Amino acid sequence: MVREFARPRRKNPVLRTRLPNLPPGGRSRVALGLTAAAALGRFELQRCRDCQAVQYPPVEACSRCLSVRLRWELQSGDGLLIAQTELAHSNDLFFRERLPWRLGMVRLDCGPTVVVHLHGDCLPAPARVRVDARLDRSGQAVLFALPDTETANMADDPQLREFTCDPRFRKVLVTDGRSPLGQALVEHLVKAGADLVWVGQAEPWKQFPGLDALRAMPQVSIVPLDLTDSSSVRELAAEIGGRVDIVVNNAEVHRTHGIGDRQGIETARLEMDVNYFGLLRLAQAFGPALRARAADGPTGAVAWVNLLSIYALSNYPPHGTFSASKAAALSLSQCLRAEMRSAGVRVVNLFPGPMDDEWNQTVVPPKVSPAVLARALITALKSGVEDVFPGDVAQEWLERWRDNPKALERELAG
Amino acid sequence: MDSAISIEAGGVARGDVGGASVLLRLAAELVSGQIRVVDLTQTLAPEFPQISLPPEMGQCWPFRIEEVSRYDERGPAWYWNNFSCGEHTGTHFDAPIHWVSGRDLPRNATDTIPPEDLIGPACVIDCTAESAADADFLLSRSFIERWESVHGRIPARAWVLMRTDWSKRTDPVAYQNYDETGQHTPGPDAEAVRFLVEERQVIGFGSESIGTDAGQAQYQRPPFPCHYYMHGAGRYGLQCLANLDQLPPTGAILICPPLKIRNGSGSPLRVLALVPA
Amino acid sequence: MLRVSLSARRVRHDYQGIVAVAPVTVPYVRYSIRTAHWFLARALAELLRVAGIDKASVDGLCVSSFTLAPDTAIGLTQHLGVAPRWLDHIPLGGACGVVALRRAARAVQSGDADIVACLAGDTNHVDSFRLTLSNFSSFARDAVYPYGAGGPNASFAFLTSNYMREYEVARADFGKLCVAQRENALRFEHALFKKPLTLAEYLDARLIADPLRLFDCVMPCAGADAFLVMSAERARSLGLDGVRVLSTIERHNGFADDPIQVRGGWALDRDDLYDQAGVGPADIDFLQVYDDYPVISLMQIEDLGFCEKGAGARFVRANTFDWNGSFPLNTSGGQLSAGQAGAAGGYLGVVEAMRQLTGVAGARQVSAAAVGMVSGFGMINYDRGLASAAAILAAD
Repeated sequence: MVREFARPRRKNPVLRTRLPNLPPGGRSRVALGLTAAAALGRFELQRCRDCQAVQYPPVEACSRCLSVRLRWELQSGDGLLIAQTELAHSNDLFFRERLPWRLGMVRLDCGPTVVVHLHGDCLPAPARVRVDARLDRSGQAVLFALPDTETANMADDPQLREFTCDPRFRKVLVTDGRSPLGQALVEHLVKAGADLVWVGQAEPWKQFPGLDALRAMPQVSIVPLDLTDSSSVRELAAEIGGRVDIVVNNAEVHRTHGIGDRQGIETARLEMDVNYFGLLRLAQAFGPALRARAADGPTGAVAWVNLLSIYALSNYPPHGTFSASKAAALSLSQCLRAEMRSAGVRVVNLFPGPMDDEWNQTVVPPKVSPAVLARALITALKSGVEDVFPGDVAQEWLERWRDNPKALERELAG
Repeated sequence: MDSAISIEAGGVARGDVGGASVLLRLAAELVSGQIRVVDLTQTLAPEFPQISLPPEMGQCWPFRIEEVSRYDERGPAWYWNNFSCGEHTGTHFDAPIHWVSGRDLPRNATDTIPPEDLIGPACVIDCTAESAADADFLLSRSFIERWESVHGRIPARAWVLMRTDWSKRTDPVAYQNYDETGQHTPGPDAEAVRFLVEERQVIGFGSESIGTDAGQAQYQRPPFPCHYYMHGAGRYGLQCLANLDQLPPTGAILICPPLKIRNGSGSPLRVLALVPA
Repeated sequence: MLRVSLSARRVRHDYQGIVAVAPVTVPYVRYSIRTAHWFLARALAELLRVAGIDKASVDGLCVSSFTLAPDTAIGLTQHLGVAPRWLDHIPLGGACGVVALRRAARAVQSGDADIVACLAGDTNHVDSFRLTLSNFSSFARDAVYPYGAGGPNASFAFLTSNYMREYEVARADFGKLCVAQRENALRFEHALFKKPLTLAEYLDARLIADPLRLFDCVMPCAGADAFLVMSAERARSLGLDGVRVLSTIERHNGFADDPIQVRGGWALDRDDLYDQAGVGPADIDFLQVYDDYPVISLMQIEDLGFCEKGAGARFVRANTFDWNGSFPLNTSGGQLSAGQAGAAGGYLGVVEAMRQLTGVAGARQVSAAAVGMVSGFGMINYDRGLASAAAILAAD
């Protein structure tokens, strides 16, 4: 049985901090369909629309009937483990450093035989397992077989931990503690076992409700951080950058204007300054240290979280400038993701629908509560998902967007 | 009695032509240290607090600075920065056009203000003890009159500077002094402002806190009386001043030219005072 | 001149009048700084020397190599300065030797070529095996290599553990094959392994990918093997001893629906193989199987009809596999004891069978070897080997 993950001992400062290696990241283009689904936490395989055969490995044409009408569809992942092995040797640097490594072959109930990373609690073959698609440290999807029933320390399997970003025993920076979301994030990170949560506070003279509750948590340390101020970001990075394992950038400015109902660009510029340039400043200041510490022990630097918005996908004209700033941030986050990938640090984007906060006061429900959003983030970190669409509205928008982006644009225009 | 006059009285030698020898004498005394230059300016830095309005309103930019190059690949032999800020960031000047009451006055903006208005004598009213005791302290007409009874009548076209030692609050939280009911900083009451404008013809009013008005001035009648009456009468404001404790109650000359921004409502500036040693 | 044989299944032409001659080996080395071109050039030069012919007489060329990239056989013609009128490139790994033989035989038989040089060889730089693995196939890149990058070790670990469980095979059974092959290798001058292997050493060797240990896995190396295919008359005129091709089979992706590989294409085609040759399993004097891992040897023994499916372990226990044993197997040591020189591993069994049948196998000569079988297996494209092939050869 997998043992509970124990708090790692303090690092021996005499030893060199190791550099990150990545698992093989090369894939054919068609195989990226698996990655696209796994980024959302879905296990999808291609199914032939003509003969219904499920395909694996990913193919350009149905291996049964040669149809090219293949569609990625959700699969249950249930299957039978038919063979397993434990690698004691590997030609790849990433796996060499993590041996022994368990692998299995699973005959999925939906048809194909798949090679999988094998959870330590799976019983010896033949045994029922549940296969899921996970993103590995190179940001590509791989298949992972889990026991078909929950086990005691399932999340603590050392192999599974290589695919997740569990906050337990990690040190987290939450860039804004002022918002109710920021406070919910801190609370849930602490509950998830984070060792230390630095909470940024801009304009310290502005007291806010909940500040005392934050201060009262022994894991929390309030730090000055203003994402519009490069020197503030750099100074904090100099102080704590070498210790942060997870950056949660939740600082945002949200004003409810389109183009015509607000004179000038000042509020839009402020949105950009925090939502876009703030991310850029933060990434320039904290990115290098995070990358350098990506292999720093079992609780090393692991993730970067951005609070985006469902409006980043398609502009919501009543909140038009905010949408634009989030679209800019989404684009920049893709750049950040590419740059962090060389170290295996995962960039997680949150795409909430309207949050139940001040700036959505006049938006009709359903609205996503800070607690739901915080829980979704913790789940995403623990399961290794890259793009999170928490709440009903976000899910519906996502479906509409995937279905027909142009139609969604017209719907949002009212 | 009148500070500007007293300098002149002590400085003019018989037979001098016009003010030329006054300036020579001034230069000599600056060199000899008989006249000291006091810097009344806060350092422009990102962390210096700026005025905060309710979030749905337009906001004044805080001071921000980005390095352009520093003897590096962006510019090998030189160091320079770009900075950004509002017209009302840091130690700054308020022009009459800043307030609605002064919007239609002639020569009311930073580029058109008569330059001779930007140098003048300063009267420093010490409200330190009162402000320490009560952050909402309001400078009243009677308080000014008591000051005049000691230091003499405030001359026309003088700057009146309200010394509170607020600038010694280096912690931004204490400097801004917010609670749920807003900001609590000292300032003049409406009657005092009208007195200074109408009966003393001051050229402007200066303070150490953010705003020439008190933190709670929106509840005065009219709201923000110092802005309302000063600018309505074409007078000026100076805010976020420092080192007022180094000025004599009378006898200093203030030099406070704002940037020549076209149609500007104010600007950050360097405020200097000439003080007899 | 051509005779048609009617097997139980289908009508096929025989290989009458065709022989394979001049088996050559470019000595194997663990690592080389040379390229595949170097080894293939040496192989061709050795063929010309042994056969006593000039380069212009070679009018057919057949090439197999993993490390020739970005070149293929056509590029090699310019490197080698040959102008063949028949050219083939066979990227079938362990099946390439048998497949090259059968294709070349047809080319000569039809008159499309008179003398075909069949070459297989690879180099092995310190890092080239890893690179070969990571680019082996799109399925491997998408669905195998990201899983521990174990390459064939991981794939064969699955097949082996399943085989052991399904058919009650013990590691000692595999060990017996490996130990016997090492005995054979000690009598083959080109084998890289020069020390005897004991069963205990086999069982206790370093773990590679459970249940596979070190001596279950081939050792990649550099080297080349080659032979010529020509008419029997031409061989006689050149004074070369040849072997006749009695029959061949080839099959790819044979049992696609098996959840995991327990059999190869031989099981589909072995009746055809024996029918065309007119012999049965009992007539086979020795067997050269493709042995990158011993589980595959066992699979071939079963699928080629030497025992029933699942009876492999009993067959192993009932036989000895040395060159002079009851069932001579991989008499030059196989890849497990000679080394795997890339695609040349697919030729190793062919050239050894030729040496045995022409009586030049020296200290490991199987006595009275008249009919031998060579089997090939190759290309773990994803979860199983896709290519299977076999040939029955006879002394001319």
